[in-house]
Amino acid sequence: MNTLTEPRKWEKYFWPVLVMALFLALWHYSVVWTATKIFPSPLEVEKGLIELLRKHVLWGDIIDSLRRVAISFGAAALLGIPIGLTLGWYPAADQVVNPVMQILRPISPIAWIPVAIIFFGVGDKAAIFLIFLGAYFPIVVACVSGVSNVPSMYRRAGRNFGLSPAQILAKVVFPAALPRILMGLRIALGIAWLVVVAAEMIAVDSGLGYLVIDSRNSGKRYDLVVAAMLLIGVIGLILDLGFRQLEKIKSVRWGFGNES
Amino acid sequence: MSSTEAMTVPTVTGTKLRAEHVSMTFKRDGKSTPVLDDINLDVQDGEFICLVGPSGCGKSTLLNTMAGFLSPTSGAVRIDGEVVQRPDPRRIFVFQERGVFPWLTVEGNIGFGLFRLPRVEQKQRIAHYVKMVGLEGFEEAYPSELSGGMKQRLEVARALAVNPDMLFLDEPFGALDSITRLVMRGELLRIWEAERKTIIFVTHDIDEAVQLADRVVVLSARPATIQQIVNIDIAHPRDISSARYLELRDGILQQIGLAHKV
Repeated sequence: MNTLTEPRKWEKYFWPVLVMALFLALWHYSVVWTATKIFPSPLEVEKGLIELLRKHVLWGDIIDSLRRVAISFGAAALLGIPIGLTLGWYPAADQVVNPVMQILRPISPIAWIPVAIIFFGVGDKAAIFLIFLGAYFPIVVACVSGVSNVPSMYRRAGRNFGLSPAQILAKVVFPAALPRILMGLRIALGIAWLVVVAAEMIAVDSGLGYLVIDSRNSGKRYDLVVAAMLLIGVIGLILDLGFRQLEKIKSVRWGFGNES
Repeated sequence: MSSTEAMTVPTVTGTKLRAEHVSMTFKRDGKSTPVLDDINLDVQDGEFICLVGPSGCGKSTLLNTMAGFLSPTSGAVRIDGEVVQRPDPRRIFVFQERGVFPWLTVEGNIGFGLFRLPRVEQKQRIAHYVKMVGLEGFEEAYPSELSGGMKQRLEVARALAVNPDMLFLDEPFGALDSITRLVMRGELLRIWEAERKTIIFVTHDIDEAVQLADRVVVLSARPATIQQIVNIDIAHPRDISSARYLELRDGILQQIGLAHKV
């Protein structure tokens, strides 16, 4: 394939499907050739998935995981966007808060698990707190950089047309920063989906993360473990693709470099 | 009328803008750089002034001072007799075409400064200026869907829509290709003749200045002083191969110290 020539329509689907098929074949034959009794083959995983669906536990777990992500991500956005906009708008405040933020930011939410359990006990709240931590910082950072990167001539135009500072924030700075804020939200959603699995392994007894760890602990059902893993991957992909639809809204599309 | 009265009420004499001993010094890292040195200039109501000068001489600084985005270190700029202290919707600063808001449509951009007006009047003004700058059919388009020249016309329309009495233009056509630039000059003159705003236009293009202005203000290298003010006594539309045009242009080129042979 030449990078300069546009791929033909069938090629756009053919090659990815081929790679997928090769991956499954490699997986299948690795299991067959190594004669492992522990790791499941793709077919066993498929049977495991069907079994989970029949027992009606799967939907409950999916909904629980999604619910936790929705609450934590929503709270992180609700808190992180105003705080990030404020810090971006007042660079002096940002300089004061930044050192603390920069120390807290690289701490994996996993490291917070013991602390979360002290604060909230074992349960939903601890899990939600952990996911919130994972999602909060990328949102704040994106808002700060979004606001501070708004070209000064947009703000100047706002002042020139007689807007008050609050109006400049609402009508100029926020829309100008929105593409970057959306990028931050998208990263945060991805992290939230990573953290929910880890949190559910420790703090609660439902959700896809719990399904993974429970399938291993109660009878070493590795077919169910891998089935749950694949589901986590597919749902994560759907969430990301869904969120990317927002980039197509016309008032933000200019910021994504894929305008026609 | 006494002479002091005429000084304090310059509108009587038709003076729109008066720069009085405007000097500007930038201080940075303990080093001070003088940029403007004792600029004195009177601009008449409805006049089209071009500021030209070598690049980096402080033309933009002077324009920003007149528009109220910068305060002079000493001296003052008066508009209608009042000292300019901050930007004002009665005088709009137009940047290169990158100044339009990419998140708003053509209509949204033109209507941006009209938030204090009733909705019906907003609609009328938007429709009027869409037509004036020839963007009919693009009302719902976003700037990313427009060409450079269309974006520049959009920014001029956004400025005109608030019915300012002055426009400050900072090398507005600098980023456009030479054909579009010629078309835009014609458009700007047409709009200026229709609306008679006072225009102060910064350019480094001597031809552009002689084609557009009533008077060309020639600035020296930094710190900028007014070297010469050239009256362009040719009626519009100007014949750019006429002897008078060439004489005026060559005079300015000589003033700046450029030979007129490439």
